[in-house]
Amino acid sequence: MEGEAPRLLDLIPKDRDWVGKGVCKVKNGIEEKLELRLGLPGEENEKEEKQSAKSAFSLSFSENVSKRTFLGSVVTNEGKGTERKASGAPPVAHGTRTINSSIANNSSQTITSNAPVVGWPPIRSFRKNLASSSNSKSPLETRDEGPVNGNKADSDKKGCFVKINMDGIPIGRKIDLKAYGDYDELSSAVDQLFRGLLAAQRDPLVNEKSGGENNQEIKGLLDGSGEYTLVYEDEEGDRVLVGDVPWKMFISTAKRLRVLKTSDLSVSSINTVSRKRAATDC
Amino acid sequence: MREEISDMSEDDETGERARWAPDLSKNRSDDSDSGPGPPIGDSPPPFSDQVLENVLENVLEFLTSRRDRNAASAVCRSWYRAEAQTRRELFIGNCYAVAPHRAVERFQSIKSVVLKGKPRFADFNLVPFGWGAQFEPWVKSFGAAYRHLERICLKRMSVTDKDLTIIAESFPLFKDLTLICCEGFSTLGLAVIAERCRHLRVLDLIEDYLEDEDDEVVDWISRFPETTTSLESLVFDCVTCPFNFDALECLVARSPSLQRLRVNHHVALEQLRRLMASAPQLTHLGTGTFRSEVGFGEVDPNLDLVSAFGASRSLVCLSGFREIEPEFLPAIYPVCANLTSLNFSFANLTAEELNPVIRQCHNLQTFWVLDSVGDEGLRAVAESCQDLRELRVFPLDPTEDSDSSVSDIGLQFISEGCRKLRSILYFCQRMTNAAVVAMSKNCPDLVVFRLCIMGRHLPDRITGEPMDAGFRAIVMNCKKLTRLSVSGLLTDKAFEYIGCYGKLIRTLSVAFAGDSDGGLRYVLEGCTRLQKLEIRDSPFGDASLISGLPFYYNMRFLWMSSCNLSMRGCKEVARNKPNLVVEVIRDAVEEEEEEIEAVEKLYLYRSLAGARTDVPAFVKIL
Repeated sequence: MEGEAPRLLDLIPKDRDWVGKGVCKVKNGIEEKLELRLGLPGEENEKEEKQSAKSAFSLSFSENVSKRTFLGSVVTNEGKGTERKASGAPPVAHGTRTINSSIANNSSQTITSNAPVVGWPPIRSFRKNLASSSNSKSPLETRDEGPVNGNKADSDKKGCFVKINMDGIPIGRKIDLKAYGDYDELSSAVDQLFRGLLAAQRDPLVNEKSGGENNQEIKGLLDGSGEYTLVYEDEEGDRVLVGDVPWKMFISTAKRLRVLKTSDLSVSSINTVSRKRAATDC
Repeated sequence: MREEISDMSEDDETGERARWAPDLSKNRSDDSDSGPGPPIGDSPPPFSDQVLENVLENVLEFLTSRRDRNAASAVCRSWYRAEAQTRRELFIGNCYAVAPHRAVERFQSIKSVVLKGKPRFADFNLVPFGWGAQFEPWVKSFGAAYRHLERICLKRMSVTDKDLTIIAESFPLFKDLTLICCEGFSTLGLAVIAERCRHLRVLDLIEDYLEDEDDEVVDWISRFPETTTSLESLVFDCVTCPFNFDALECLVARSPSLQRLRVNHHVALEQLRRLMASAPQLTHLGTGTFRSEVGFGEVDPNLDLVSAFGASRSLVCLSGFREIEPEFLPAIYPVCANLTSLNFSFANLTAEELNPVIRQCHNLQTFWVLDSVGDEGLRAVAESCQDLRELRVFPLDPTEDSDSSVSDIGLQFISEGCRKLRSILYFCQRMTNAAVVAMSKNCPDLVVFRLCIMGRHLPDRITGEPMDAGFRAIVMNCKKLTRLSVSGLLTDKAFEYIGCYGKLIRTLSVAFAGDSDGGLRYVLEGCTRLQKLEIRDSPFGDASLISGLPFYYNMRFLWMSSCNLSMRGCKEVARNKPNLVVEVIRDAVEEEEEEIEAVEKLYLYRSLAGARTDVPAFVKIL
């Protein structure tokens, strides 16, 4: 197994054709194939065509890039039982990327294939950055790679709207975190927001606006005692229990809220929380 | 004689295709000029022939397809003249393929012009700024020659405010301005058009980039005439600067013929409701955003919005939906059953949010959506939209390793539910050959198949094999296929299949694919109808480039970037083919005469005009 690691770092496999043929050709003489040479690539082509016309001094970086990724993908294919740093269970795609980055990091001569490539994926610039949170205005298109969000001032004036979704309710809502002073106010606002909807979900005959007193209050969002618990997603996308950090810090870091069933909160999410707590404590 | 352009088409390939008959011979050049024709301006024919020519002209008036017209013009001199007199629409697929004066000399009674400029890869920042495609020389020629010009449609051209002014001043009957993926103009130019083109019916600005500085924005909407207008279509969602809403509301109210209105993202739901109230006859509506302007909880415009949509019985096409607040989506339920076209490609929706809407859209033929809806969302589409003809799935996060939630599974669903599919554009992170094969079998009517597996060189997610088999099935089973974009891990075999079976393919896009020169050679030799070939980051070298020499005159263009080309090969092509313009494009100009052997970007195209004179420093014509 270990013997394969140096092969990864030998730069360019001479023959790229074995990619399409599966595993067996790889095993035959792979060391010979991966030997760095300035010879013409593809000489042992299965299709008898000699590639002698190909320029010996290829100045195209992209070819090196492509070859490395071929290598990566084939090695991953054959390495089902192979120990590899981060592959294990993930699908081929992940393995390829991991291997590429390790090559990139260790090689001084080649260009990293993981660096963003100009114009790839082929999406026009006005379609980029749609993933930004819903409270920012749509980014202005620019000719450069990076778009400009021209309306940040507007969103600050308006308060801090974040999306909030509740388990079992298909349509999410938005709330303004700046409208509340503390966690209790937030909790009761969430209760008001979803109480009617939840009752309507449970009993379709109930009109969400009517019978406010009859609908069940949503309690215990913050302490884990109720049927539902409030969590938020921060800038890094991690899910954290609401209530741990000072309110002001919460407003600035929370990007999205979720009301989850307490029974669904798994061990792993609790781990996330304690790690987060430790991080903020430090 | 308006060319039918698909409403939301990012490129009007479908419009072109609908009007073209299959090529009868490989050697026919089929756009812009019909190749070297009879000489212009020879002596007039005798009287009896003149009568025949008049008859012919009357007949040719009915001939609209430019393919047919090109064929007719090649019959003999008399037909050439008659055709030239009666052509009303001028289509020039590459603005550098012919000089303006030549077009204007041959065709003297043009009413409609379609002109295309930069290569498509310019959309993805592969063509440096300032490359060319200026509209100026054209508008000056047209301005002098075509008093009766009514329509101009430009795609990927550089258009200045001055050009727009010339339009407004030169054509008293001007009716229709459509600018797609253009740049170089600003709201100042729009104001001139609005003010001076008194018969304007269509002002469609689609994915253009405007040059406005924040403090120099002009209130162009106010410049439309105060009287009733003849506006039928006003599309300006790409004009990102704010505008005078009250003026728009008044404009809509005094435009009784208005059928298409697409506003920009400075319109919130409250304002949208007002616009819809003024124009219940709209057939195409672009909502701009789909959010309330006041924030949650203060005012609920929901009820009014519902009745606004309820009153719009003619709506067949909805788009916009930026910054969507899904709680307002139910407002569109009243129109869902009538919709033939729905564009959610700016709406970050989950499958749960999409479901109740799409379930009602039984008549949908065109659907654009973000991959945020996931495979589950696509399942709902497949189950609800049996009549779907065109599907585009865009990535919410267009990077190589984002968490796209559409995959081969979604493609499989679509193939099973939408059997009438003709056109698909599908961005995903992972794909399998099996799903692509399934689509090829379930959707035999496919004309456009564009698959973008965003991770480069990714093989079949399950088998680990290259994606050759999938694309093989597509070209074999989809016998009407004219446009293909490939991705994923592909060997030369894939190109062998494409060359062998893809006999109708006119446009082929290749990226990060192939093993060797053989791949490109297969395509050039096999795809006899190939018109447009764009390749990036693939290992094709000089030998393959040279192997295409017999075919380049039959093509509109070839683009190759980050391949294995060298100056030697490109020069040989240029030397061999005098009517080809061979452009070598660099990203930056270092020192003056330093010539690098490796060619980073090659753009070659047939041309009657020879080397263009407006080359910037970073372009070298061989």
